[in-house]
Amino acid sequence: MFQRYVRLTACFLAGLYACNNAATSDTQEEKLPEIVDYNFNIRPILSDKCYACHGPDANKREAGLRLDIADSAYKALKESPGLHALVPGNPMASAVYQRISTKDTAMRMPPPSSNMALTAYEIKLIEKWIKQGAQYKPHWAFVAPVVPALPKVNNEQWPHNEIDRFVLAHMETKGLEPNPVADHERLLKRLCFDLTGLPPSPERMDRFAKDTSEQGYERMVDELLADTAYGEKMAIHWMDVARYADSHGYQDDNYRSMWPWRDWVIHAFNENLSYKEFITWQLAGDMMPNATREQLLASGYNRNHKITEEGGVIDEEYRIEYVTDRTNAFGKSLLGITIECAHCHDHKYDPFSQKEYYELFAFFNNVKEVGLQSTVGGPETYAKTPYMEITKEDLKGVLNFINKQDTNKLIVSVMGERDTTRKTYILGRGNYDNPTLEVTPETPHSVLPFDTKQYPANRLGLAGWLFDKRNPLTARVFVNQQWQEIFGRGIVKSTGDFGMQGDLPTNPQLLDWLATDFEQHGWNIKRLMKQMVMSATYRQSAVVSKEKLKADPENIYLSRGPRFRLPAELVRDLVLQSSGLLVHTVGGPSVKPYQPKGLWEMATSGRGSLATYRQDHGESLYRRGLYTFIKRTVPPPSMMIFDASNRDQCEVKRANTNTPLQALIMLNDPTVLEASRVLASRLLQKDNNSTRNIEQAFRLIVCRKPQQQEVARLQKYYDQQQQLYKQQPANAVKLLQHGEYPMAANLDNASWAAMMQVITTIYNLEETLSKT
Amino acid sequence: MKNEFIEHHLNMNRRKFLSRLSLGVGSLALGSLLIPDIFGKGGMEEAPFIPGVPHFAPKAKRIIYLFQNGAPSQLESFDYKPKLREMMGQELPASIRGGQRLTGMTSGQSSFPLVGSHYDFKQYGESRAWISDLFPHTAKVVDDICIVRSMFTEAINHDPALTFFQTGAQQGNRASFGSWMSYGLGSENKNLPAFCVLLSRGKGNGQGVYSKLWSNGFLESIHQGVQFSSGESPVLYLNNPDGIDMANRRQMLDQLAAMNDQSYKDFGDPEINTKIQQYEMAYRMQTAVPELTDLSKESDDIIKLYGPDCLVPGTFAANCLLSRKLSESGVRFIQLYHQGWDQHGNLPNEMAGQAKDVDRASAALITDLKQRGLLDETLVIWGGEFGRTNFCQGKMTADNYGRDHHPRCFSIWMAGGGVKPGIVYGETDEFGYNIVKDPVHVHDFHATVLHLMGLDHEKLTFKHQGRRYRLTDVAGKVIPGLMA
Repeated sequence: MFQRYVRLTACFLAGLYACNNAATSDTQEEKLPEIVDYNFNIRPILSDKCYACHGPDANKREAGLRLDIADSAYKALKESPGLHALVPGNPMASAVYQRISTKDTAMRMPPPSSNMALTAYEIKLIEKWIKQGAQYKPHWAFVAPVVPALPKVNNEQWPHNEIDRFVLAHMETKGLEPNPVADHERLLKRLCFDLTGLPPSPERMDRFAKDTSEQGYERMVDELLADTAYGEKMAIHWMDVARYADSHGYQDDNYRSMWPWRDWVIHAFNENLSYKEFITWQLAGDMMPNATREQLLASGYNRNHKITEEGGVIDEEYRIEYVTDRTNAFGKSLLGITIECAHCHDHKYDPFSQKEYYELFAFFNNVKEVGLQSTVGGPETYAKTPYMEITKEDLKGVLNFINKQDTNKLIVSVMGERDTTRKTYILGRGNYDNPTLEVTPETPHSVLPFDTKQYPANRLGLAGWLFDKRNPLTARVFVNQQWQEIFGRGIVKSTGDFGMQGDLPTNPQLLDWLATDFEQHGWNIKRLMKQMVMSATYRQSAVVSKEKLKADPENIYLSRGPRFRLPAELVRDLVLQSSGLLVHTVGGPSVKPYQPKGLWEMATSGRGSLATYRQDHGESLYRRGLYTFIKRTVPPPSMMIFDASNRDQCEVKRANTNTPLQALIMLNDPTVLEASRVLASRLLQKDNNSTRNIEQAFRLIVCRKPQQQEVARLQKYYDQQQQLYKQQPANAVKLLQHGEYPMAANLDNASWAAMMQVITTIYNLEETLSKT
Repeated sequence: MKNEFIEHHLNMNRRKFLSRLSLGVGSLALGSLLIPDIFGKGGMEEAPFIPGVPHFAPKAKRIIYLFQNGAPSQLESFDYKPKLREMMGQELPASIRGGQRLTGMTSGQSSFPLVGSHYDFKQYGESRAWISDLFPHTAKVVDDICIVRSMFTEAINHDPALTFFQTGAQQGNRASFGSWMSYGLGSENKNLPAFCVLLSRGKGNGQGVYSKLWSNGFLESIHQGVQFSSGESPVLYLNNPDGIDMANRRQMLDQLAAMNDQSYKDFGDPEINTKIQQYEMAYRMQTAVPELTDLSKESDDIIKLYGPDCLVPGTFAANCLLSRKLSESGVRFIQLYHQGWDQHGNLPNEMAGQAKDVDRASAALITDLKQRGLLDETLVIWGGEFGRTNFCQGKMTADNYGRDHHPRCFSIWMAGGGVKPGIVYGETDEFGYNIVKDPVHVHDFHATVLHLMGLDHEKLTFKHQGRRYRLTDVAGKVIPGLMA
């Protein structure tokens, strides 16, 4: 039913289908490029359509032909030694060209049975490439970035920082001009949501309105970066990456207390730990020389994966599953590679062998853990070996950021190495019970070979390798993720796949500049965030003209500001903060706000601590979205419907859909109704002028002053609703019952209900839920 | 080129749509924004969303999947093994077991005594299929169903086995069966989701269900199964809050549409128009869904057919009746889960209760669809995630025993929608331990069901993280013997 709408959204927002990828776009009539580039024009076609049988996977290679390596492609064919797959400069003599262009279906490549086919344009591209010498180049992402020269631009006035020069140069090639700066109200809203995840307070709005100068803007940026809410906002994406949840994830899906690790993440972002430390502690905090308690806690990152408690499972099967999860997450989130494809066989597209998969796996295979362990802890705290206990001394000392309010025991799963080395084997077809060749810790050669002279062959060494100057991926992958969070899509759109099948960077020089600059400035995350929001690119208005929409529907050239729906957690934060309900306590155990009745109960086995949903009361109902309890098998629907991750595995990118179920939540969820009721009562208690109240509510929620016609329309609606509820007093009483927050006294019900309706309407405006 | 791959066309379609949307809200016919019906019902002029589908003439248009969660024993239902009664208490011959792996629950058992069914079997219908006394109603429709006795799977624990059945992979993170159908075939009804999920629970030992079983995985979230609940609100957040009626809701939506439209004029972002349409669709759902889920207007004959339980919301019987209504209204894939089939112990008692919960309504669904002329185009599937062992788990007494998980053979049945009726497919050995004829792997089952829906399981793909995913992963073959 809702498919079409969402498809549209996908095209604009998540941009799931590239327009920049020559191999997959409908460019039949497009002009061939002057110079056909292997990386940008040819490799995407070969990778997608040919490598499955003529690529890196030795076991699936047909006719002994390998097209991903120049030497093999130029060699005489194994099966017809008189022929060569590629004869540089001569398409007609090249078997590749003969086979892709023939009309004979028995001869044609790819064979019709593969369900693959080349377009006429793709065939022409390959022809021209061969004519120009069939030159191969190494895959861009596996070559370490070098600082690119700043490009020349025509409009010297516009760039504010280096980012803008790269963006503008790109824009100018397309004949596009940047949008003007966004109006100060919308810019402030965008900035506040991006850096803190909260709408600007009226005080900030007033202050910024008075001083929109360059210095005023920069002061605001610095202030927001120093706000504790900054760490919370940054933690949301990282919790997806780290697959954080409050339950184990399999079958009975019982409780686990991993939240102190989440408190650490917030703390680390706020303290502006360098990305190098941030990651090193998470990968190997337990192995650092003289590891601190904080470093040990950070290593809980790799214990956030699902853990089974299903009686009767085979222990080793699940232990292997956990190591697999860590290996895959490492590849996806930190290296941006689909190493998981080499779990059962050699990678079909990228140069990763199955052996290399298990060599990487070996780093994570030495944890003091089992596949199935009976309950440890209780009744308030649960973990799995190895774990740490958070002591009173910890809370007074180095772990004072953990928001623990009671005196109960508190344990958290963390990493811990075995005393002896567990042997690692290649697992045939990825099966736990099919070990074949023994392997030792190593990293994928095509990325960067592991230098055992420089690094110990363990997780700590792996972290060192990740931050080796020669590592081509680490910095690029992280800056790209953060770019995605700010601008709505990554410079490499496939955030988790920088490999052959991934998208090419839309602006490779910009990506490399950001990456090298990030690395050269001490992996300073706040500095990176500031750089992005200080750019003129970021500050553009989000208005899109028909011409620009046609020329660049996905805003690849960034000639307008980002305009996207807020992520799930921030929808909640907006509602609570603007109504004054938000209880801004940082950290602590996750909370259970309102959710439709019976969801946990319908899906449970009936066993365990999470069989029934025990909704919280009081302040816990009004905490920020990132603190909402995540039971993996039944994640909170109001989050899932707004595209949050179910935390089953590492995710680096969320969809951004637009569905009727989202409309139903905003119209009918008690959280929204309660916020409307409470805000209405607060306004009415201060002032009984409905116009002023409408203006005030609008400003709190939409973060700008309303236009006259907006006020007029809402005023008319208010008057009409007031009449209605005067005539239906019983309905007014019913409407005012939503939510547990105490009722205000001495208000006129009809006026209150009418104002509540106006506010609910404002909450439902498209602009309200958008970063504008 | 004829054989363009799917994504390419998706792209073109999306572009088309964009240009259409940019005409503005006034010029939009709402219907043109909906998932097109590939069967052309309702005269939609749109080209199908994924060109080339159906890949061939479909036999079935819709699926109702009565999943028996926890794994019902085949040995007390559809796979008659008199030998087990004869050899009651004797050790399972090692030659039969063949050193196959066992779960952690019985791998420590010192002996594996065979145990026969506590319940008798009789032959029914023209097919003379053997069915146990626990399923008298199913026995009456035996000539409409196809019993598959030779199903097998790879997983031996509930979570991975369920996940395998519903997503084609044991570890989750993939798109579920229903999501693939939504993605491949879209919806026939613009006011209802293409994929609906209904849950119920028996008194037997249960294993829970997980929302990953109806997850869209890497597909867009629009393809996620929408869970219908038996509470006051059949779809989450559907009901207007107390104090707001439909007329008043309409007034709010009118304000919203007008203000959002102004926003569109100011910003030019087509996403704003999309939002306006989403609110209209939400409003239509608010009317359509309660009408559909209201079972109170069903005739006495129907109530009699499904049994009195069908008036109790949240029961399997009520869900069967609701699934018929949803299906009749064009919902592509309706997934029921009935929990409580995990009889490690106390099997005779618990299984009788579970069978009583589902037998009458399952058969009623077949009869009801048939009398409405819908069985031909609706595929009904009944079965669990694996089978149960022929030997006893735990203590065995004269009238009580348990059975552990057994992935190597189990029985399911299918009916309607192009399935060959009145046959028994496949065979197990006399111990009911191994398959001896016509094995059907879970991937084969998926491939066959997709085939019945007009889809080639090797062509229905989605590219994600650099790889083209299929419901059948890299395996599966269509089983012609199951098809009419």
